[in-house]
Amino acid sequence: METGHITPFIQSVQNVFATMLQLDVQVGEPALKRDGGGSDVSAIIGMSGDVVGSVVLSFPTETAERVASLFTGEQMTCEDADFADAVGELCNMVCGGAKAELDGKRISISCPSVVVGSNHQVARQKDIPCVTIPCETDCGVFMIEVGIQSVAVDSTSAAAA
Amino acid sequence: MKILLVDDSKTMRKIQRSVLTQLGHTEIEEACDGQDAMSKVGAFGPDLLLVDWNMPNMDGLTFVKKYREMNKDTPIIMVTTESERSRVVEAIKAGVNNYVVKPFTPDVLSQRIDETLTKAGASAG
Repeated sequence: METGHITPFIQSVQNVFATMLQLDVQVGEPALKRDGGGSDVSAIIGMSGDVVGSVVLSFPTETAERVASLFTGEQMTCEDADFADAVGELCNMVCGGAKAELDGKRISISCPSVVVGSNHQVARQKDIPCVTIPCETDCGVFMIEVGIQSVAVDSTSAAAA
Repeated sequence: MKILLVDDSKTMRKIQRSVLTQLGHTEIEEACDGQDAMSKVGAFGPDLLLVDWNMPNMDGLTFVKKYREMNKDTPIIMVTTESERSRVVEAIKAGVNNYVVKPFTPDVLSQRIDETLTKAGASAG
């Protein structure tokens, strides 16, 4: 995993939470994700283009509910119809902000998907290493899981282009 | 002033609606993607559109291009996470009048709306 792929996500999550939620995010030491350790709420975005893979914002239920409530200005639980939309939009902003800082790369991001369910696992491509970035806020802790890698440029086609 | 909000996120539409309401705008219609917006612009006849980029069915850029084929004048503000310079240029070429990058504060959105309407008014005058 390139370190240049991690810093943009740290900066972006801090910017998104500060701007939309007026919430500071303390970031811990990023580490390679190991198997085990499920999530209750996962917002997932795929990346394609010069960088491929996926990014997951992974929350315990209580943190996700508090964050979604703060974002929408309404008391919200994971049962609410608009809960997934709110969490997905936060993930969209975090990934969009990070994408812009991945210098010189042409990247597209998918619309977010949100999984809600106690202690679930998100399966991802095994050949792409995933780094977890622990985050702490006044609403509780959560993780950013960044499993992306640059696509090798074919020197023949690059020269032809 | 009739304003059409085009965004697949209901949360984002609600935030934008709240900012617009605080600015005194009450005639607000919502669309959940470009396709939905295309079906509403005729009957609603907006004076301003706020359009997201990444949406299912029809993305914002495609919508702007199609809308500009039939309406050259009504101002459009792109409200999106797409902040790379190349994307902004692409949107302006397609016919977008102004650009707001998510995340945004209510002040920024309000300022861009004022700028856009002032410019549009000056052009019309």
